[in-house]
Amino acid sequence: MPIDQSKLTRLVETLPAFPESAQKIIALTSRVDCSPKQLVKIIEHDPVLTMKVLKLVNSAYFGLSREVKSVNHAVVYVGINTIKNLAISVATTGTLPKQNAAGLDTRALWYHSLKVGVLAKILAEEHGTPSTQTVNYFVGGLLHDIGRLLVAHFFPDEYKSMLSHINASQDSILESEALVLGITHAEIGAMVSEHWQLPAELQHCIRHHHSTQAELLVNAPLTMAVNAANLLIHLKDEPEKITIPECILQWLGAPVEDVLARLTTLENEVDKAVSFIEIAG
Amino acid sequence: MKITLYGVRGSIPVPGKDTVKYGGNTTCIGLETPEGDQIIFDGGTGIRVLGMTLIKQLPVKCALFITHTHWDHIQGLPFFTPFFIPGSEVNIYGSFDPIYRKDLKTILSNQMEYCYFPVRECELNAQIQYNHVIERQPITVGSATITPILLNHPVLNYGYKVECHKKTFFFTGDYEPPYNIYDPDDHEFSEYETLLQQQRGQLADFIKHCDLVVADSQYSSEEYPSKKGWGHGSYDTCIQLAKEAQIKHMVMTHHDPLRTDAQLEQIWQGFSSRTDLPQNTKFELAIEGKSFVL
Ligand SMILES: [Zn+2]
Ligand SMILES: [Zn+2]
Repeated sequence: MPIDQSKLTRLVETLPAFPESAQKIIALTSRVDCSPKQLVKIIEHDPVLTMKVLKLVNSAYFGLSREVKSVNHAVVYVGINTIKNLAISVATTGTLPKQNAAGLDTRALWYHSLKVGVLAKILAEEHGTPSTQTVNYFVGGLLHDIGRLLVAHFFPDEYKSMLSHINASQDSILESEALVLGITHAEIGAMVSEHWQLPAELQHCIRHHHSTQAELLVNAPLTMAVNAANLLIHLKDEPEKITIPECILQWLGAPVEDVLARLTTLENEVDKAVSFIEIAG
Repeated sequence: MKITLYGVRGSIPVPGKDTVKYGGNTTCIGLETPEGDQIIFDGGTGIRVLGMTLIKQLPVKCALFITHTHWDHIQGLPFFTPFFIPGSEVNIYGSFDPIYRKDLKTILSNQMEYCYFPVRECELNAQIQYNHVIERQPITVGSATITPILLNHPVLNYGYKVECHKKTFFFTGDYEPPYNIYDPDDHEFSEYETLLQQQRGQLADFIKHCDLVVADSQYSSEEYPSKKGWGHGSYDTCIQLAKEAQIKHMVMTHHDPLRTDAQLEQIWQGFSSRTDLPQNTKFELAIEGKSFVL
């Protein structure tokens, strides 16, 4: 049951924009000299974000004895660092739909995307990417599977038949999608990222995040990092199913056993970062 | 009550000939009430020595308050002997981490994972209880009442006030008084200033006329501007707090790991000759091993 392409195009065009405040916070906080007052300004210009941050600060998690009434008050009371962390998580976690859709565990996919984002950012840092740029690696990981969410959400029947094809055959997700849906989640994701007018390298990264071709990866560090992070996270869960292409191994700079050994430490870091991002949920 | 400083160093232990006088262990304070209740603040490396003292009288029963879980405030815990002695009872208090969404038990168990330490948390023989504190909700330990208050640091950090037989003791943990994030010509400046004064006023009221305060003074006034936002106080912020809250006795701690005994002596000489010190406060630099009786 292939997807109706014109319906898909129409749907993508009606998707809400990627939140501007999320983009701004991402840009601001990835700078070392992130100024507290600019951060407050961005949060305050977005009423929904402001409300969510205040709600969290006033929640039982913080256990404060007085009510926090403004963003400035929150910064004075619990500190700029804590508010910064809260704002990043709230702003970015609002970007994907979280309702359950046909047979897709959206929560699990969301969690997976966060992990890939955090790991891609760590890998980028290790490869000497300047801290002003690493935030795109996080966003790339966060959005790499947006195509899957879209299909499951808007084409539940098609999605289900694709899932049963995977179960019945030995085909990979990508092969099954191409066969059953006539389009892959990577291609759909690329359409979304175009609609959102994300930077070209992010579009490239979402489109090719399953690519194994060296020529598509070696000169596209963002695509390479998200691709590698995605494989590593899957490797942890189902080692027998995953092989890492030679060009990615080379980029990781270690034989696969060493990479695996390091993964446990990385996982800790990733889990830590993810659990703080998740609180905004 | 008797208060003893077991660790007065910030960030990392610094043993060696240059730190013999002021001490090289990281943060830990012991408090004993006249009734013999044992209360501990923070588990920096100083807690090892305190543990050795406590086990002279078995079984050990104590309450341990953690200001925050930065490494220098918990790194001595795996070497706190009472944890390993059957029949000991340790009640641990601290904050739930709302950012990492982790409770104290998880944070402290992670610290004892097998790759870091040969004994796992679940193998400790003492009876250990974990409790999350809520701001300004008092906790009773024997004849003492301990009340937490949130103080500015990069992570949630609780200061603890102890009241016992009409005497009060307060420990800030790591604390940088919040500062104005706006420039004087921004129109938000004065609103923010008001919020800051409120916040400071609330802390001052909370510890008004306190008999003894141990406060974070990691930096000198000259160093502070380049360390602004790092989460630590200075000698000047301690003076200000002493003035605002009319503290009777102020002990300045969390010495920077780079400070030698000689430098601290020099700092003390400069400090004690200042003319802007509040008349009714006695000041001193924290020295490892020193006790105060209230
Ligand atoms: Zn500290
Ligand atoms: Zn600290």
